[in-house]
Amino acid sequence: MITFKNVSKRYPDGFVALNNANLDIATGEMVFLTGHSGAGKSTLLKLIATIEHPSSGIIAINGQNIAQLKPAAIPYLRRKIGFIFQDHKLLFDRSAFDNVLLPLQISGFDSQSMAARVRAALDKVGLLKKEKSMPVALSGGERQRLCIARAIVHRPMILIADEPTGNLDVEYARDIMTLFNSFNQVGVTVLISTHDASLLEDTQHRILTLKQGKLAA
Amino acid sequence: MMRAWLSQHGYVLLFTLKQLIAKPVTNICSILVMGIALSLPVGAYTLIENLHALSGQVADMPQMSLFVKTDANSQDIANIKQKLESDEQIIDFQYIPKETALQQLQQSSGLANIAHHLGHNPLPDAFVVHTQKNTAQVLEQLRTDMQNWPEIEFVQFDSDWIERLNAILDLSRAVMFMLSILLSIAIIAIMFNTIRLQILTKRDEIEISKLIGATDSFIQRPFLYFGTIQGLAGGFVAWSIMIISVNTMNHKLIDLTQLYNSDFQLHYLSLADSISLLFFSAWLGWLGARISVASHLWQIEAK
Ligand SMILES: Nc1ncnc2c1ncn2[C@@H]1O[C@H](COP(=O)(O)OP(=O)(O)OP(=O)(O)O)[C@@H](O)[C@H]1O
Ligand SMILES: [Mg+2]
Repeated sequence: MITFKNVSKRYPDGFVALNNANLDIATGEMVFLTGHSGAGKSTLLKLIATIEHPSSGIIAINGQNIAQLKPAAIPYLRRKIGFIFQDHKLLFDRSAFDNVLLPLQISGFDSQSMAARVRAALDKVGLLKKEKSMPVALSGGERQRLCIARAIVHRPMILIADEPTGNLDVEYARDIMTLFNSFNQVGVTVLISTHDASLLEDTQHRILTLKQGKLAA
Repeated sequence: MMRAWLSQHGYVLLFTLKQLIAKPVTNICSILVMGIALSLPVGAYTLIENLHALSGQVADMPQMSLFVKTDANSQDIANIKQKLESDEQIIDFQYIPKETALQQLQQSSGLANIAHHLGHNPLPDAFVVHTQKNTAQVLEQLRTDMQNWPEIEFVQFDSDWIERLNAILDLSRAVMFMLSILLSIAIIAIMFNTIRLQILTKRDEIEISKLIGATDSFIQRPFLYFGTIQGLAGGFVAWSIMIISVNTMNHKLIDLTQLYNSDFQLHYLSLADSISLLFFSAWLGWLGARISVASHLWQIEAK
């Protein structure tokens, strides 16, 4: 599903975030990505969604080399991915409901099924009662959950979560992990970056560690 | 699929209208600016069309006035009538004896007792003659011929001014055309800037939408709708200004035309021209937005 071959990422200022990294994630797999702060976790996840571009090496999704995608095809790749951003990237001038609605509008769902889907997604993260709230009126954890709702509402094939439990207490973190697991069980490929050791303790899923720009299992 | 497409566009339309209502003062101001700018060429066009129609009416039937010598008797008048009837170039004519002319003058000018004050009727007998449509040369020849009849004092070509008017109208058209081009460019520039500011304030929204898979056309759509709707509204303002102006002028004209015993009224812009105006202004708004979007959106690349 997701393949990295000798991928290096060197930022314009010369910093090398990834150095000849190799990676292979099968369809329907659930994988954790860990490493110290600044190890390059976010960089790796952004490369998958073509938000960043590799300096060298090949990244393939579903066998398609994403560097060869035409600019017009990139939006359709991104729609296959539900991305939970480390910095949330919520729209602060719209209600929680409208934030979650956005991916559906972008994909062109018809309006009848949209509201039901949005409420279902909000319900899954426990924010149904806050659908009319603006993001400023939400706590850090609530914003994080809103971001999760937005990433899952259009039922993507791949779910990428960058530190999804960073601001959550143990209870909610466990609920969110259960949610990710249930997605994985219906066939969604899930990739989660975290440095929360408690999430990794009793998991039977694969854990990848980033160190000096390289990946180790 | 179709329904999804429709609901998407319906949503954007609704969203755009909400946006227009959300900032009423700003939006009304820019719509007014566009409307007033457009109303100048539209007004000029309406006026030119009216004058053109008027000159056409007259030119379709060239008209001359024959003034009979003041010492002419009834035999002379009969002679003239006979000569006019036998001339193939003359379609019809109307005899206006000096008594009738005096009456008309008194009625229309309100100077009731001209004759009384003067002691006699100063006006000559006259004929108003309609000739066939022909070249200026032929008509001029006819005029000179009639001028040479012994009973005739003077023949006046009533449509001399038509040619001058037409020359002026041609010049006015050229000026109006330039004016239209310049003001259209101004409208495009206004829209370009309006959309540029909107894009700046919506940077986050655009960035995030791109991140989660929005196509360029999805992102452009609200801006293009906004430009088109504002352009349309500007066109409507220009149209309303034209209607109100023509209306006001017609009210004034009633006083004036009554004096000249005519029922001349200015025409409004025709239906076809009105529709063209609305389409054109909507297109200008769209174009300004399109250019602005094309030159600003690509700069926003999400990270
Ligand atoms: N746009 C950028 N330009 C230059 N350097 C960058 C840029 N983005 C990230 N970096 C650098 O690349 C390195 C990896 O960053 P990245 O965000 O991938 O780390 P991370 O593993 O996600 O860290 P954290 O756990 O704190 O989120 C960091 O040292 C960072 O300073
Ligand atoms: Mg990070």
